Amino acid sequence: MDDAQRFIEEEEDTQKDRYLTFQIGSEVYGIEIKYVTEIIGIQPVTEIPELPAYMKGIINLRGKIIPVMDIRLRFKKAPREYNDRTCVIVIDINALSIGLIVDSVAEVLTIPEEDIVSPPDVKSGGNRFMKGIGKAGNEVKLILDCEHLLNEQEQENLINI
Amino acid sequence: MQDKITNEPMLDVYIFETSQLLEQLEQTVLKCEKGTGFAVSDINEIFRIMHTIKGSSAMMMFQNISVLAHTAEDLFYFLREEKPEEVDCSFICDAVFQSIDFIKVELEKIKNGDKADGDSKEIAGSIKNILSELKANCGSVNMPIDEKRREEKPKKYYISQDRVNISQYKYAYKAVIFFEDDCELENIRAFTVIHELSGTAGEICHEPENLEDTSECIEKIQKDGFLIFFQSNESYEQIKELLENTIFLKKLELTNLGEKGHENSKDTVKAAEGISKRINDVPKEGHSSANQGIISVNVSKLDKLMDLVGEMVIAEAMVTQNPDLKGLELGNFHKAARQLKKITDELQDTVMSVRMVPLGPVFLKMQRIVRDMSKQLKKEITLQIIGEDTEVDKNIIEHISDPLMHLVRNAADHGIEPPEERLMQNKDRTGVITLEAKNAGGDVRIIVRDDGKGLKREDILKKAQSLNLLPKNPEEMEDKEVFNLLFLPGFSTKDDVSEYSGRGVGMDVVMQNIRAIGGTVTVDSKPGKGMSTTLSIPLTLAIIDGMNLRVGDSYYTIPMVSIIESLRPRERDIIIDPEGREILMIRGQSYPVLRLHRLYDVKTKITCFTEGIIVVVRQEGKLFCIFADELIGQQQVVVKSLPAYIRKMKQIKGLAGCTLLGDGSISLILDAAGLADC
Repeated sequence: MDDAQRFIEEEEDTQKDRYLTFQIGSEVYGIEIKYVTEIIGIQPVTEIPELPAYMKGIINLRGKIIPVMDIRLRFKKAPREYNDRTCVIVIDINALSIGLIVDSVAEVLTIPEEDIVSPPDVKSGGNRFMKGIGKAGNEVKLILDCEHLLNEQEQENLINI
Repeated sequence: MQDKITNEPMLDVYIFETSQLLEQLEQTVLKCEKGTGFAVSDINEIFRIMHTIKGSSAMMMFQNISVLAHTAEDLFYFLREEKPEEVDCSFICDAVFQSIDFIKVELEKIKNGDKADGDSKEIAGSIKNILSELKANCGSVNMPIDEKRREEKPKKYYISQDRVNISQYKYAYKAVIFFEDDCELENIRAFTVIHELSGTAGEICHEPENLEDTSECIEKIQKDGFLIFFQSNESYEQIKELLENTIFLKKLELTNLGEKGHENSKDTVKAAEGISKRINDVPKEGHSSANQGIISVNVSKLDKLMDLVGEMVIAEAMVTQNPDLKGLELGNFHKAARQLKKITDELQDTVMSVRMVPLGPVFLKMQRIVRDMSKQLKKEITLQIIGEDTEVDKNIIEHISDPLMHLVRNAADHGIEPPEERLMQNKDRTGVITLEAKNAGGDVRIIVRDDGKGLKREDILKKAQSLNLLPKNPEEMEDKEVFNLLFLPGFSTKDDVSEYSGRGVGMDVVMQNIRAIGGTVTVDSKPGKGMSTTLSIPLTLAIIDGMNLRVGDSYYTIPMVSIIESLRPRERDIIIDPEGREILMIRGQSYPVLRLHRLYDVKTKITCFTEGIIVVVRQEGKLFCIFADELIGQQQVVVKSLPAYIRKMKQIKGLAGCTLLGDGSISLILDAAGLADC
């Protein structure tokens, strides 16, 4: 029990401040590595009718069926053809698995907490998916708020109704 | 519900065992009530169950339950020992049922993590009254010596009928035991001591005599110690050793009272016989609920196993139908593949059968309802059960219990007439409700039938009219359509609301619940002869026989049970009505057409009816056509629900779930009921 506890702590420790970065167009985004379960190449996606355009559908991940979301469309950017650089990042939040389609996956970075600043307070709600802005070298990475990303649309749905 | 149960294993076991015991108890009492009265074996059983519940509840510190069970136990102890002649059976049954209900409610509270705070005093009081009444009745006949004492403390003394030879032991002892100050549960520890002793000693009597979980008793043991008189053939040293093994023992005073027991305490010794007898019963009871050869398994584990087998079936298809193998001569491979297929099929069947449970317990629950209702409504009703061995999937059982209850209540309340009315109509005094289950193809049919007054077409129509629920001209409606009006929300033909039914929420709930598991409900009735409701339920939800269709790049699966036929229509059979709806004529009948590609906005080249395929689908008597690009073939598919995330986002019309095809691609399962509304 103690060992397991320590192991978990250690594991969490190694994941702390580590981010997987990916690209959408020219921007680089980062998500906390603890959410990421795996990265796979783009697969045939089964479309589900009547869903918002950014919900591309479902894929078969070794017998497990998971929904996939196109981050590009989610952020209201112009759609782009999928190519061999296109990846699906499978994340697992509160036992909910979902795949995120991104242009390409970059690298795993360590961004210490002090290098992350909160996003500017924009009233129009433009940064609702942003958790912060991380500095790594000369570049900035936009840190995604995964939980927000998934929960946001419930509210949108409510508004639509 | 599963999640709410605390993880404390003891509590889980307690809840599980107690609810099982209660069910058993209910059945026994029902049997007794129906028959002529309490048989000796039944009394023993009820006594035993109550005793076990008392013990375990006391152990888990559920005071109310334990006190109530104790009172009931007393009552049946009295019945067992005294065998009084004139017993009001139904009176006792009522009391027992009340107790059962009370304990059930408390258990439910415990299960939900609430405090079991119900007050059992009233029920316990009424049981005590019964007991003292009984005692008063038969006391004059064979109540021995110390009746007075017994009246004062009716719970404490039990005088055994069969007198054993008192002086069969060589020595008599007196022991005083003090427990450690903070050991708690002194009464139970004292009980354990008695239990230990009962193996080697007899004629045990102790002070306090009543080891109930009351504060007085515990205080007394704490203050004065636990005093035991007993006789035994064992020597002083052996007894001492035995008693010193007691857990939390602080101090032991053991005195030898000399050979051949002390006459002074003869009375008390006699009194204690009963107690020691009860103690002797204990070890036997412990094993009663342990049914060897059966283990209970967490349903979620079974679900997981089921999922894995489903995946294996798909993986097997992926291997044996691998496109890489095309055109290769592989004799040995195919032999091995066939073997693999055989085993996976068998495995799948076995796993399915593990999940199958008989309908019996659900049916038996209805007995209680019928009994209660016939009492309340002053009707005479018997419940007949046929085919209770029929098995259905565990998931389904959970869904049909409520609908069945509604139907049985409806039958008893609305269907069966009071005895006088029945006699006037040349019917038997007693109404019969029949619960029947049988297999019919891939379905299980559950039929609830009564021989009551049946449905009156006019009444239903009148009611429907007053509620503005009439869909069309009543004269054009067939009986079946009229009866189906019953399933509309808010419909009830009974004018006054009773405790059991008549609020008009019943039938549409039945319909909803059954539909949710892919079943259908049909009603049939003849005025004066009764009515029958048939629930057709799929055997299992997990695997269905489906027809795969392709539309553009997407695949869809329609359950075989709802498909009537498939065909490629001729140009001239298609009619377009003024509103632009397409209608297909097949053999002189017209059917509406639903274009899948249009409904789900799928890109496909095939939009002309003559190039695609039409599948005729039936949903509750309504037929319609589904237009798709082509048929892929028939296949057993494992039903998987759509990801929770998507379900949360939107309820998509006509989609029941999804499944994996042999090549690993995903097919969406269409739900005929949903499509019919599109």
